[in-house]
Amino acid sequence: MLDLEFMRLAFGAGIVVGLLAPAVGFFLVQRRLSLIGDGIGHVAFAGVALGYLLDFPLVLTALVVSVAGALSIEGLRARRRTAGDQALALVFYTGIAGGVVLVSAAGALNVNLFQFLFGSILTVTRSDLFVIASLGAGALALIALLYRPLVAVVVDEEGARVAGLPVAPLNALTAALAAVTIALSMRVVGILLIAALMVLPVIAAARVAWSMRSTIVISMGIGLASVLTGITTAYYADLPPGGTTVLVAAAAVLVTETISVLRG
Amino acid sequence: MSLALRLEHVSFAYAHGTPVLRDVELEVQRGEFVAIAGPNGGGKTTLLRLVLGLERPTSGRVEVLLHRYGYLPQRAQTGIDAPLTVRELVGVGRVPRTRLFGPLGHGDREAVREAIDRVGLTPQADRRLSTLSGGQQQRAFIAKALAGEPELLALDEPTTGVDIEAQEALAALLVRLRDELGMTILYVSHEFGAVEHFVQRIVLIRERVVFDGAPSALPGVWHDPSHVHA
Repeated sequence: MLDLEFMRLAFGAGIVVGLLAPAVGFFLVQRRLSLIGDGIGHVAFAGVALGYLLDFPLVLTALVVSVAGALSIEGLRARRRTAGDQALALVFYTGIAGGVVLVSAAGALNVNLFQFLFGSILTVTRSDLFVIASLGAGALALIALLYRPLVAVVVDEEGARVAGLPVAPLNALTAALAAVTIALSMRVVGILLIAALMVLPVIAAARVAWSMRSTIVISMGIGLASVLTGITTAYYADLPPGGTTVLVAAAAVLVTETISVLRG
Repeated sequence: MSLALRLEHVSFAYAHGTPVLRDVELEVQRGEFVAIAGPNGGGKTTLLRLVLGLERPTSGRVEVLLHRYGYLPQRAQTGIDAPLTVRELVGVGRVPRTRLFGPLGHGDREAVREAIDRVGLTPQADRRLSTLSGGQQQRAFIAKALAGEPELLALDEPTTGVDIEAQEALAALLVRLRDELGMTILYVSHEFGAVEHFVQRIVLIRERVVFDGAPSALPGVWHDPSHVHA
């Protein structure tokens, strides 16, 4: 399997996304924003469509539009003018509708959008891998560097504000990291499934972890194992890699939940 | 003693709502231990939030001359589902005193250890918060506030949901903190019977300041909770 270059590239991209998605997802799940990944995913679709229209690299346009969408959601939420779920709905539906209109305007409705919606990891190129690896490593490094203030906001946002921490910029950073993760993960699990890879490993890890730090580390391990198992299973069983990866992550939730129940 | 904070003609109303506070005048000196008491809905929490900068007055002026705040909100709990140890929680409280980037340094880890020790939770330091009793969790949150070396410690209904023994332990702890660290403490409670034995001053709020003085000077009729809640 690994003597095929497209599989090596797939595993390379999968490793980065498998580690990054739960690391960012941890902060979303703890802030009760599990579905924000879904919302940004739909905005990313508009970014892909814009890429078709402008004939720009699709990952780049998806990245820019996703970050803009994520910051809009965070801005609306932070100003409390719109409840979190309403802000999400506004950006969510605008994104998907904008995407359909833009794809139509680009005359690209007949292109295979399926690969962006559900992933196409086997078509990852060397240049794709370079972008995914460099931006993914940068995002992980940023999380490691800013781990303590990011956690402080997640644990007690009001307390962090009282203590004088830059809460709004830190929340905006979390939203931007989510957008970057989604844009990078489009090829691995697809726009419609990426939120699952950000959320399910974190839910699974929290069932068996003993501290916050261990929750993040275990969730990254589950994310990585899900992607590697998903791609391998998909290769041998001729299944779609994105869907298989997410099913493995969902199975991890069931397993850790069972362990948690058995432990009492 | 020097001035810690001052409220001048402060009124506050939430958007499209009836006024919560009207023309409140209050001065607190550094190192004072003040209970802010009164009925539910009387404006105590709002007053605390104004002092902490979490709300802005509709009119009037709030001036706080202290720089580092520790805040224990009502029913203090973390906003997260993931497991969290006492040490991790208290470490969060240290963040404002450190640089934003990178891990905690040796001195900061020592400050976290000291804060945990000060509230008597050293044996539980690496236990998950959710496995501790209500009183122990409350002390963990106080340790979190202490880790930031606050000049002002603001507690909102800290005795809600904890037993009498834990309430008394909390009172003793706060008095010790005030004496040893010289902290200014604002303690909000709807039942001032619980606090009047260990604070220097009670401010009774019912939209306005209706009493401000030593607990011993509190008119007898106000010791009857039915009067306060009327």
